[in-house]
Amino acid sequence: MNHLSEEQLILHYYGEEGDTLAAERHLDECAECRALYGSLQRVLNVVDTLPVPELAPDYGARVWQRIERQLPARRGWWPAAPVWRWMAAGAAFAGLLVAAFVAGRFYQRSPAPAIAQADPAAHEKILLVAVGDYLERSQMVLIELANANPKAPLDISSEQERAGDLVSESRLYRQTAVHTGDTAVANVLDDVDRVLMDIARGPSQLSPEELEKMRQRLEAEGILLKIRVLSSNVRNHEGPEAQPAAGQKL
Amino acid sequence: MELTDAAIVSRARAGDADAFRVLVERHSRSLFRLAFRMTGNQQDAEDVVQDSFLRAYRQLAGFDERASFGTWMYRIAANCSLDLVRARNRRSGRHAPADEDRAEDPMAQLPSNGPTPERIALSGEIRHRVAEAMEELSPAERTAFVLRHFEGMRMEEVGRVLECQPGAAKHSVFRAVQKLRRALDPLVSVAK
Repeated sequence: MNHLSEEQLILHYYGEEGDTLAAERHLDECAECRALYGSLQRVLNVVDTLPVPELAPDYGARVWQRIERQLPARRGWWPAAPVWRWMAAGAAFAGLLVAAFVAGRFYQRSPAPAIAQADPAAHEKILLVAVGDYLERSQMVLIELANANPKAPLDISSEQERAGDLVSESRLYRQTAVHTGDTAVANVLDDVDRVLMDIARGPSQLSPEELEKMRQRLEAEGILLKIRVLSSNVRNHEGPEAQPAAGQKL
Repeated sequence: MELTDAAIVSRARAGDADAFRVLVERHSRSLFRLAFRMTGNQQDAEDVVQDSFLRAYRQLAGFDERASFGTWMYRIAANCSLDLVRARNRRSGRHAPADEDRAEDPMAQLPSNGPTPERIALSGEIRHRVAEAMEELSPAERTAFVLRHFEGMRMEEVGRVLECQPGAAKHSVFRAVQKLRRALDPLVSVAK
């Protein structure tokens, strides 16, 4: 009598054996195969008892809250937006036109047009929140590269894409920091920007030697340390009111 | 009627972040289960889930809409888990499985003549050995086994996630089961 192989028994356990009836018949008749199958069942049933932690019912929503701010902006947002967003935008625009018309009819011209004078403190806080978020994401990219396997070549195309997004984003922060006289912030952003730009424009495949050079550069320039120090300062200066509400993008 | 993943993915690809939120909320739990079984650690599993969605979002433009979004996410999460396990092993050597609270041990709740201290101790030991035996599997064996055994995927699907032929996936599962049986059978026979 031909016995069932261990592979056949495994497939039978998972219901993927082609001829299930023949396998069943054989197991009824063959004590040796039955014993082996019994051992297999016991072991696999025991493996099933490894517990998985219970998750809160809103786990998915919490994951979304954590990742939402880290998602790079995608083109094509408005065309894909639901119809109500277009309607809301249209209504807001129409409202503005009506308000402008009414204001023009009933109020005299003021000598100095009072365009919404932004509160400088609020401005600074918004900048700080945006910079904090930017630094956090830059740090993630650089840490991934710094912690990569030093002995194997590495495909960094996804890190390059993120670095490219961050570079285009940082210009605005740097200009604002320069404009508001925050040279310390502007200098760190400059340093981070240079590294990110080199990553974004460099090769997508890094050899272990290139990776090591990158690691040495990060260490020599103290980039990660600068990011941590600035992040910590930013966090200390951020007021709670400057934190964006859930779902709000800067 | 609930929209299919394919319809939601189309919207997300067009830049609708709300659509991507639906995908995150729909798939987070199953990805967590997979990541936890791959990494054996809750915090690591949560990191894997987040990282997987971030990677998926960045790679959404390259996603083949004819494929299953769930399978694609499993592939990303399996790769993230493997990266994390490799990095963890590199940093601190072998990671010892966490010693869970034995009072909630499912083994102790198996039908028996009563939860004697010996039985509870033995069940805790078995679970510890199961976790250890899982750690001994190679990355491919572990991934294939988790997908087949815990996630109930057929061998063809396992092959799709691992981007290999079904035959290769099958062999990874075989090797995993054989290793687990060799490691655990003596202990399980004692506990019978």
